[in-house]
Amino acid sequence: MSLTYVPLLAILVSLFAVIPILLSSKKPNLREFWTILAAVIKFGLILLLLPGAIEGKSVELHLMDLAPGIPLALKADPLGVFFAIIASGLWIFTSFYSIGYVRGSGEHKQTRYFASFAVCLSATIGIAFSANLITFVLFYEMLTIATYPLVIHNEKQEAINAGRKYLAFTLTAGLLLVAASALVYHYTGSLDFTPGGLFTDLELPHTAMLVMFILFLGAVGVKAGIMPIHSWLPAAMAAPTPVSALLHAVAVVKSGVFAVIRVMGYVFGVDVLGDYGLNDILIVLAGSTIILASLIAFAQDNLKRRLAYSTIGHLSYIVLGVALLTPMGMQGGIMHIAAHATMKITLFFCAGAIYVNLHRTEISNLNGIAKVMPWTMGAFTIGSLGLAGVPPINGFFSKWYLAMGSLEGDMLIPLIVLVVSGLLNIGYFYPIIQRAYFRKGEGLEGYGEASPFMVVPIVCTAALSILFGLFPNLFFSFFDLAGSIAETLFTGGN
Amino acid sequence: MIESHLPAYIALTFVLFSVLIPAFGVWKSELSQPLAVIGSGIAATFSIFGFLNYLNDGALRYYFGGWEPPVGIEFVYDGLSGFFVMVINVVAFFVLIHSHHIAKREFPGKEMPYYAMTMLMLLGFNGMVLTGDLFNLYVFLEISSLSAYALIAIGDKPAPFAAFRYLIIGTAGGTLYLLGVGFLYTVTGTLNIIDMAAMLPELFDNNAVFTALILMIVGIGVKAALFPMHGWLPDAYTYASSSSSALIAPIGTKVAAYILFRIILWLFGVDIADAVAPLTTIVGILAAIGILYGSIMAIAQKEMKRMLAYSSVSQIGYIIMGLSLANPWGFAGALLHVLNHAVMKACLFMISGQMRLKEGHSDITKFDDSYRKKYPWTMAAFTIAALSMVGLPPLAGFFSKWYLVLGTIDNSNWIFLAVILISSLLNAVYFFRILEKVYLMNPSKGQKVSADAEQNESPLSMMLPTGILAVGLIVIGFANAVVVTILLGIYPL
Repeated sequence: MSLTYVPLLAILVSLFAVIPILLSSKKPNLREFWTILAAVIKFGLILLLLPGAIEGKSVELHLMDLAPGIPLALKADPLGVFFAIIASGLWIFTSFYSIGYVRGSGEHKQTRYFASFAVCLSATIGIAFSANLITFVLFYEMLTIATYPLVIHNEKQEAINAGRKYLAFTLTAGLLLVAASALVYHYTGSLDFTPGGLFTDLELPHTAMLVMFILFLGAVGVKAGIMPIHSWLPAAMAAPTPVSALLHAVAVVKSGVFAVIRVMGYVFGVDVLGDYGLNDILIVLAGSTIILASLIAFAQDNLKRRLAYSTIGHLSYIVLGVALLTPMGMQGGIMHIAAHATMKITLFFCAGAIYVNLHRTEISNLNGIAKVMPWTMGAFTIGSLGLAGVPPINGFFSKWYLAMGSLEGDMLIPLIVLVVSGLLNIGYFYPIIQRAYFRKGEGLEGYGEASPFMVVPIVCTAALSILFGLFPNLFFSFFDLAGSIAETLFTGGN
Repeated sequence: MIESHLPAYIALTFVLFSVLIPAFGVWKSELSQPLAVIGSGIAATFSIFGFLNYLNDGALRYYFGGWEPPVGIEFVYDGLSGFFVMVINVVAFFVLIHSHHIAKREFPGKEMPYYAMTMLMLLGFNGMVLTGDLFNLYVFLEISSLSAYALIAIGDKPAPFAAFRYLIIGTAGGTLYLLGVGFLYTVTGTLNIIDMAAMLPELFDNNAVFTALILMIVGIGVKAALFPMHGWLPDAYTYASSSSSALIAPIGTKVAAYILFRIILWLFGVDIADAVAPLTTIVGILAAIGILYGSIMAIAQKEMKRMLAYSSVSQIGYIIMGLSLANPWGFAGALLHVLNHAVMKACLFMISGQMRLKEGHSDITKFDDSYRKKYPWTMAAFTIAALSMVGLPPLAGFFSKWYLVLGTIDNSNWIFLAVILISSLLNAVYFFRILEKVYLMNPSKGQKVSADAEQNESPLSMMLPTGILAVGLIVIGFANAVVVTILLGIYPL
């Protein structure tokens, strides 16, 4: 069976789902059926690409010329498939969870919500499968615009301000990406993502490389939440929780770090980064982001904001993994995309369940809630332990490889950063767990668990975090995939 | 056989209909608008055929009555003029369809003279683009300008004053251009562009030639609203009837830009233009200032048409900046932007006309989220056009920006690059401001205005052209590689 059109279909399925979603706006059950159907089909299509990806093969499709000599082209390579599986797989859980959430909290404009969500997923898969920078720009901007209606969803002043901030950051980033891509095209005459980079045979002045590097860093760093251009992310927590869960823990921000890997590994190439000393900049930024974000997380009383800062810190783990320029560090970084996704989505799901069920958003109000919401808080505990790097949960492996990567590169400071950050993670998650389990709560009489639509996805993602921690190659061979992707990046695809 | 006469047919169509409309209009005034639509439709068809013909057979020089220049009148149908004529006539066709209800509301009973004037103005625009002779160009310039003054004067209360101001400034511009043509004629003894272009390389250090070039750039700069000669434009576009601004804004300044292209790249050539002083650079800097100035002023406006007018000042800057880069990418970007901006601005001005028709105003501060319910399709079209103006892919506006960016990089002109990027952000500010108002409820009012709004969409004769142009932006975006490949082939150097 030919898989040529599978990447395209995987992108389009949720885009086409928008039409029936809009048409069935008066019939919520039918509308949600379309969302779930699209999510399942999308996931199924991407699974078709998995066997090839494990063997290291790519599926390529040239559609048409977007500009003379630059095609609108898709390429489902192992890295793209890896990311697409995570995003589309978690979309299924989020869809169920969303149903429970928006109905439980009686959200308005639910049709717009589900339609935008579907477009976001199309854009995310498009980002995963872009074969060149201009296709990438197209989907990157599409994601920006499709996420906007979700950020401002509740249409309160706070949300509108968050939306403006979000647009200001992401549109600027998009422009930097355009400028950077144009420069790459000017110097290399190509925009195709190539393992090992486009600059291999070129001698360019250091300044030119530095300028391009900084432009790209600004372009992808916004969505990847690298400090100091991260501040849209905590503000965007004004969005409904499923949005924060899937988009601001998985799709949008992971598109950012995915873009970091694409740009660093497939445009610059690891050798070039090392030769020009550009990875040092990345290490400093990522390292300080990890530590600072963890420290700021301490100060947040709002649960979602604490999770947001935790997200910022963990995104930089991945960036750090890339910046180490060692195969093991790269593998650890790529694995952390998957690991952080399952764990952080669990935590956000929990925060949403607590909000819908108890209408509580502040950590100081969470005393004793484990008694009434045992499943939710159990999942929360698993997720937070995993993020701190406790075995056998998902986050342990990726952190281990990141640590090995820094040793492999003879770098002590990244190792120290990782250890300190692990401690800080425990530090800011422990008070939440301690309050939930060991303090006496007030006003909890008569409350129970949230609706099964929410609790089941929570338990599932928590269970996945443990399963992937115990068996990293379960179902999708994430471990082997990450390993072989890292290897291609260092051997230039040969 | 018909192909070889196409250039003449395009102009003659407008001549014919500018007579037919009064003839029938005296009898039945309501026939004027359909006739104008038919006239521009025929001209649009001719110009599309003409451009396809150019692609197959190359440029066409048409001598009226078989008299060769310098004695006879010549029309030149090459890539540049063919492209502009096509853009002008196709966009005008849609705007004229759209104008039916606006005409009935804004100037009832004056349809006959109004539409006769539009035909004359389009005759002028087409003639300026097609003619191969600098003096004929001036004649067509005056034909189009005089009709444009009249069209602008039909509108709000201050419209006659705005038109008068445009008349004074525009006439000064036209006169400067004519003076420049006079200088060139005394030196070269010809008015034919192709003849003259062959002689100018030997006269590159002649002071008269240099003066002529400056006079022409300044004179046409007025017409193109090149900063700082844009002063007439905001008032004229704001106060003119919505159908006039929708007709003039997308194509009027483009024709002036065409003349700059023709003069600087074809007649003189960049080397001669820059021989005495770096004129193209100066023009580029003015364009860059205009881009930023127009965008910032647009943010400050409360009236939608005025905002769009300032936005036009900014967008014409892109086109002229692309010209001043004088490299293939900049050229292709600028010409693609001629097409894109004509479609976008026509669409946006038409929407502002629909707002005036339906709501009685186009005051942005009074927009609210009931519009989303009342005019779902209009607002969808507005969103597409606005996002295209901001330059988001895959809409058309992104690609002209992309080629302009490539052009600035090829010239290592980092300041122009920054200007393009910053201006995109400013565009985002003034368009998202409206989108926010239309799609989100007003938090200070705390409740949805839209709750009890009912759909009250504009009539089909308005919605169809607006919708087609909006969809056109998506199509142009995806098909831009085809267009740009053709445009790169037109580049003269």
